[in-house]
Amino acid sequence: MTALAAKRALVDGAAPHAEAPPLLAIENLTLDFRTRQGAVHALDGVSFEVFRGEIVGVVGESGSGKSVLAYAVMGLTDAAGYVRSGRIGFAGRDMLGETAAQLSDTLGREISMIFQSPRTALNPIRRVGLQIADVLLRHGNMTRREAHARAVEALAQVRVPDPERRFDAYPFELSGGLCQRVMIAMAIACTPFLLIADEPTTGLDVTTQAVVMDLLRDQVRAANTSVLLITHDLALAGEYCDRVVVMHAGHVVEVAPVERLLQQPAHPYSALLIGATPGATTRVEDLSVIPGGLPDQRQALPPCRFLHRCTRSDARCASEKLPTRHMGDGHLVRCWNPL
Amino acid sequence: MTALLEASGLAKRYPTQHGLLHAVDGVDLSIGRGESVGLVGESGCGKSTLVRLLARLIAPTAGAIVFDGEDIAPIPLGRFVHSPQRARIQSVFQDPTESLNPALTVFGAVADPVRRLGTPGRRADLARQVHAALALVGLPGEMSERLPHQLSGGQRARVGIARAIVLRPALLILDEPTSALDVSVQAVVLRLLADLRQRLGMSYLFVSHDLNVVRLLCDRIAVMYLGCIVEQAPAQELFRNPRHPYTSALLASIPDPSRRNERPLRLEGSARSPIDPVPNVCRFAGRCPREEPICTQQAPPLRSVGPDHLAACHFAEAATPAIPAYAQSMHGETIP
Amino acid sequence: MSATTQPRPPRSLALLRATRYTLAENQLTLVACGLFGILLLCAVFGAVIAPYDPLATDMASRLKPPTAAHWFGTDALGRDILSRVIVAARLDLGMAVSAVAVSFLIGTALGAMAGYWGGLVDAIFGRLMDTIMAFPLFVLAMGIVAALGNSVLNIILATAVINLPFYGRFARAEVNVRRDLAYVEAARMGGNGGLRILSGHIVRNILPTMAVQASLNMGWAILNAAGLSFIGLGVRPPTPEWGIMVSEGASYIISGEWWTFVFPGMALMLAVFCFNLLGDGLRDVLDPRRRT
Repeated sequence: MTALAAKRALVDGAAPHAEAPPLLAIENLTLDFRTRQGAVHALDGVSFEVFRGEIVGVVGESGSGKSVLAYAVMGLTDAAGYVRSGRIGFAGRDMLGETAAQLSDTLGREISMIFQSPRTALNPIRRVGLQIADVLLRHGNMTRREAHARAVEALAQVRVPDPERRFDAYPFELSGGLCQRVMIAMAIACTPFLLIADEPTTGLDVTTQAVVMDLLRDQVRAANTSVLLITHDLALAGEYCDRVVVMHAGHVVEVAPVERLLQQPAHPYSALLIGATPGATTRVEDLSVIPGGLPDQRQALPPCRFLHRCTRSDARCASEKLPTRHMGDGHLVRCWNPL
Repeated sequence: MTALLEASGLAKRYPTQHGLLHAVDGVDLSIGRGESVGLVGESGCGKSTLVRLLARLIAPTAGAIVFDGEDIAPIPLGRFVHSPQRARIQSVFQDPTESLNPALTVFGAVADPVRRLGTPGRRADLARQVHAALALVGLPGEMSERLPHQLSGGQRARVGIARAIVLRPALLILDEPTSALDVSVQAVVLRLLADLRQRLGMSYLFVSHDLNVVRLLCDRIAVMYLGCIVEQAPAQELFRNPRHPYTSALLASIPDPSRRNERPLRLEGSARSPIDPVPNVCRFAGRCPREEPICTQQAPPLRSVGPDHLAACHFAEAATPAIPAYAQSMHGETIP
Repeated sequence: MSATTQPRPPRSLALLRATRYTLAENQLTLVACGLFGILLLCAVFGAVIAPYDPLATDMASRLKPPTAAHWFGTDALGRDILSRVIVAARLDLGMAVSAVAVSFLIGTALGAMAGYWGGLVDAIFGRLMDTIMAFPLFVLAMGIVAALGNSVLNIILATAVINLPFYGRFARAEVNVRRDLAYVEAARMGGNGGLRILSGHIVRNILPTMAVQASLNMGWAILNAAGLSFIGLGVRPPTPEWGIMVSEGASYIISGEWWTFVFPGMALMLAVFCFNLLGDGLRDVLDPRRRT
């Protein structure tokens, strides 16, 4: 049995997700970026887990660190970024300790990513079918002919019409929705354990978005893949995710099962985010306004980065390290005065 | 009361190597004084072209645009730029970063329309007008010397709005003004837009792909598909009671947490080609769940199916639409 | 309004800071700046700082190697080479700057109009540029000077003409990219007509990149002017000019009086080198995205 198959058996053999060890365990991840104006504290003490077979959403405003987190898990952080502390545990291994060669083996086979802008994430001068086949040839143990056949199969799986003909298409010949399906096909070609989707539906029409997200959900349910869905759209997270992680300025502020979060948010920021989403109200006057803006992450920051935008703050928020309050049922919040 | 803007039979056709592309095909749209009309549709439906036609940035192939009693459609573009009507129709653009000239300060950007189309008067007059506009959008005067790259996304959006309203236009065309913004900034901008409309009594043509946003700000909504308007109704009525299957599909596609465990019917496939469309076939045929043989023999006209409610479907009176309508909020409450 | 976003400093301060940073990061740019300073000094004050009269001949001390009295030695007519090199800076730099300025202004204007209006204007522009580029550029320059007569003005003219396509096509491409941007549409809605948009809105945005191109182009312009003089077109003796000095000194390669051509040649090389580095530095200062 190959090493990969053995690993898969180990992970599969475990009990259903709540009791099993987490597939992805991020512990206290702190990451800075070196810039001309000093260090930008992009992530600080980020901790959460993703179990087998679940879809976890990461939501927050732009600048909250969601994409930085995704790239850190993939080991693709910009050269100016460096991890100050923390651990990214994946299937028991520490991703931060992996060599480039090990990482190259992992990416595509065990962890895959779907990028934000499908047409630019695909190689514009290479046929899409070949791009899928490339992934298969790199990680699978198959001949070119087998890879071709598997790639056509993958295209059919993501419901691209006329897959044999589309194999030979170039990205510019395909619509945004089709390009995104090709990306999904590439990402799931080797049936990874974890799929990271970074705003996968940006720029897509709402009808195409629905189809793409349904597809994603079907694929992962079928293969028991876990998904880390990064999005700024709370409603999208609400429809497709099992659990949601809310981030603000590089901090995780709340983690909860999705219905819990939408109906009983515990962190003031989460409540404001939900209230600001247009679908939540009928009158424009009822949209909540989040005061202030994201703090400047180049400066020294108080323990709670939401301090200057919060109406519930007190002395502890400025001086003491934030607690982690467990509200039961997997709902935790990092706040001194939760709702 | 006569409508502020009345477009009839508006069409824009582009010759291409494969045939004639019907970007906008026979659109009738009217916008009343002080009314906010929403225009929704997906990419390729022609709403950007329609908006450009109404903003008089491109010339129509056919049709009339009667603005405040005067048909502005036949005026050549070069001349319209200098006509007095130019100042009365203004636009807020989608990407606040791209829509601001990187070389102009905030003051310069807002002052430009005044210099070109308004009465700038002396320096003090001009400054007064610019600062009044900035105050209306909530930007403090100190911002006026900044350049766009020194502003946040929300501030840039406000500058774009200030520039559009400095001449107190009668009609403000908003082309996806918040789709490039974060949800928190979007909330602020939407509230600002609602407030401005009340204060300045402008009419809005609000174009968006986000139906939730349109619902918040618009009195009436028109749905476009492949260059035609397929449904038009008051906002709440459209959401409660969509009559065209495309509208139902759109509404069903809006992400809705309360539908987590359902499998709503999705709109698959892609739209028909807008090039040389066959005249007697409904544009939505081929993707429509309600399709019957008549749909490929006769194109349904846009007709009245209720009070102030128009739909272009042979089966618009059907009691239950094929795709369930959107009726619940994110919290699970039913919205009346 | 956010209480936490810092007010950014005014643009001039930011530019100054960027300049200081670039200079600190990149020692070569610092060196280039120093070199440019020296060249400028020579160009402006050449007549004053030159130790000898550049035109004064002294047949007794002809072809003397570098000594304490004549740092760069003397040439075939006994003239001090150092003085001639210093004074020549004004002519060479002057020709290059004038040629670049002329072709920059005209080329940018033509290219911008072609890029904005397209159609017939673009077609005419294209054919004009093609005509110029159909010739090997230096040969064309030679032809122009030969036809119009040997003079400094004609060198400038020739250099400017053959350089037009460089700026023209660049400006055309830059304007083309910006023509469809949202802020141009916004300007149209604000009552700006075509020419106004081009001059008031678009050109201001392409000037920084064009300026970089111009500074990188200076070195080439110096070489071109010197090259024409080298082959005997343009500047006539006894005017001190680096190209002519190299040409005169070239006859002494075999006989070994190396100082007659090495020093003017080095001056040329250093000037070109200096402008290229300055161009790179300028690009770093003006284009934030290229900085690391």
